[in-house]
Amino acid sequence: MSNSLDAYLILSALLFAIGTFGFLARRNAISMLMSIELMLNGVNLAIVAFGAFIPNLAQDGSVIALMVMAVAAAEATVGLSIVIAIYRNRKTPLVDEYDAMRR
Amino acid sequence: MNLLIAVIPILPLAGFAITAVIGRRLGKQAHLIPVGLIVLTWVISMIVAFSSLTGGGPFEVTLYDWIPAGAFNVEAGFYVDNLTAALLIVVTTIGMLVHVYSIGYMGHDPGYWRFFAYLNLFMFSMLLLVLANSWLVVFVAWELVGLCSYLLIGFWYTRRSAALAAKKAFIVNRVGDVGFALGIMAIFANTLSLGEPTLNIRESIEMLTNAATAGEPLVIPIQIVALLVFAGAMGKSAQFPLHVWLPDAMEGPTPVSALIHAATMVNAGVYLVARANNLFAAAPSAMVVVAAIGIFTAILAASIAMTQTDIKRVLAYSTLSQLGYMFAALGVGAFTAAIFHLMTHGFFKGLLFLDSGSVIHAVHDEQDMRRMGGLSRKIPITYATMLIGAVAISGIPPLAGFFSKDEILGEAFKLGFPWVWAIGIVVAVMTAFYMFRLIGLTFWGESRVDPAVEPRIHESPPVMTWPLILLAIPSVALGLVLGLPLGNGILQSWLAPVFEEGVHALETARNIQPEAYSILGVDGALIVASVAAAAIGLVVAWRFFGVEIGARLRRAPDPEAVRSVSARAPFLYRASLNKWWFDDLYDLLFIRIGGWIAAAAWWFDREVVDGTVNAIGAVTRQTGRGLSHVQTGRVQNYALGIAIGLIVMAGSYLVIVGR
Repeated sequence: MSNSLDAYLILSALLFAIGTFGFLARRNAISMLMSIELMLNGVNLAIVAFGAFIPNLAQDGSVIALMVMAVAAAEATVGLSIVIAIYRNRKTPLVDEYDAMRR
Repeated sequence: MNLLIAVIPILPLAGFAITAVIGRRLGKQAHLIPVGLIVLTWVISMIVAFSSLTGGGPFEVTLYDWIPAGAFNVEAGFYVDNLTAALLIVVTTIGMLVHVYSIGYMGHDPGYWRFFAYLNLFMFSMLLLVLANSWLVVFVAWELVGLCSYLLIGFWYTRRSAALAAKKAFIVNRVGDVGFALGIMAIFANTLSLGEPTLNIRESIEMLTNAATAGEPLVIPIQIVALLVFAGAMGKSAQFPLHVWLPDAMEGPTPVSALIHAATMVNAGVYLVARANNLFAAAPSAMVVVAAIGIFTAILAASIAMTQTDIKRVLAYSTLSQLGYMFAALGVGAFTAAIFHLMTHGFFKGLLFLDSGSVIHAVHDEQDMRRMGGLSRKIPITYATMLIGAVAISGIPPLAGFFSKDEILGEAFKLGFPWVWAIGIVVAVMTAFYMFRLIGLTFWGESRVDPAVEPRIHESPPVMTWPLILLAIPSVALGLVLGLPLGNGILQSWLAPVFEEGVHALETARNIQPEAYSILGVDGALIVASVAAAAIGLVVAWRFFGVEIGARLRRAPDPEAVRSVSARAPFLYRASLNKWWFDDLYDLLFIRIGGWIAAAAWWFDREVVDGTVNAIGAVTRQTGRGLSHVQTGRVQNYALGIAIGLIVMAGSYLVIVGR
């Protein structure tokens, strides 16, 4: 079982679920960004697992995984800079206090 | 000459502008500029009228292109032919004398300068109306005289009755003006369809009548056009059923009643129909309507005048009645007779009104004839001139009214309208009766003046009596000058070029040949009949209300007889006293029932129309407010939405694929 595709996919689904839960449950913007990274990594793990176990996808899987990593890095940069900018303005990292549009 | 014509309306306009700006500071000298300018206008008008009447005209002056619009162009311009010249004489002469009279009559009024400013504005408007050569300019002037009439009726606007009367006059006039405006539009539509859109009076009428006689179909039938134009004339000249405003207009100062509501503005309708005589001649059925409404107004107003007790109201109903005569004359096709009566009536009715003003002045603002009487010795000049006016309007030869009235009645009979003649004769009896009732109640018999006022009765100052004397002269002589020789007077030859075509067209359409004038034949008989009618009215009035002319003609008034006669015909007496209930009828129709309809329409607009619109707005707003709760502003909520959506999509995919 340890060396089967299913095990990797279950792990990746778990990672994605933990990330989703973290994104929905945490109020801190930094934690939410971290949860997003977790989700991305779960997806990435699934892609790499498909690449390793299915011969047809061997090359494509690695390339897509690299691509996802680059996009994740860019997303993390932009996301963090936005969070810092808002933090400077509002003096809080908690997203539920970012309510200027509701008032 | 062109310059002189252009100057005629500009002078009073300048007088109005100057007086309106600096009049307040001039105080009691405020009359100098307006009166001076009107005298100047009179001189110039006389020159223009003289050169037109001696064969110099017609003159056409184009001032500028008012509305140039491609092939269609409205020019602001003047046109003076002999008809305009006749009107110029009446308007400027009476206007000038009324201005002079007002110096005395309005002397104590705080609104002195305002009065003269309005009078000058009126003179400008009236002269513009008479001179204009385009329908549109006529319409502008038409509205301007209406405005001046409104301003001057409501001159003492602090008096509620005056303010109401002014409003009434304005609104009733609007009813006629709608017709006139529609008539102008109809003329425009017709000329447009005939290929050459124009609003020039003569060109458009010529196009319409030519098309009508050639049998070409018009967009709007010529009868309708004529009746619409006549509707405007009915409003301005206060013909039934739009006659109700004129008696109330007597709330204005008496010089205004004389100038606007007797001698000039109310004649505008007669002038308009006479100006459009070709148009009417091409629509003989419309002419019958004109004649019927005219003669009906004549007898209706005369019957009311017989019992009124306010001296000015008697004269107002008399004006209505005489205007009815003029329209009857126009309707039967006796255009010259109508203009003749317009001129003579302008002079003697202006005189009568100024006289009544002098009487009112003498007895200290009393207008009720039941509190007058015996004034003939105390205000002799007023008495003498008013007697002349009364004799003139009654149609006693050789004064002015006889010639013009006899011409109207004679023409009506000879042109195939015996019913107009018959009613006209009855009206002539009534006219003589109510005029001598007025004279009897005011000047003869015992004095019924308030004892407190009695010792202070005085003749008016010369500035008021001289206009009376000057107006009495044409009241005596105008008929002799213009009407002789009978049947082919000077006025006939003056106006022949204006009316020739119309009269000829009518004769062709009605297929009649007028007989030659014969003093020993039918015409002589008609003259005898109308003089007899006047004499009957005169004698009956003397029988009831007394007479004191010279030493021989003397009879005490007989109030008992008056009472017994009015008791014998109670319905007719009450009908006359209550003006045939027209004011009450209009109150019911337009104030009450019209008010209900308006209230219902208002309710419908407020509740149904506005309600629908407001409901749409309210529903939208409420929906938006409800849905706005979805927008919490929390990132997690949105993310939850995304996640749920994703799960639903993925789940449904799995369900569908798995099946």
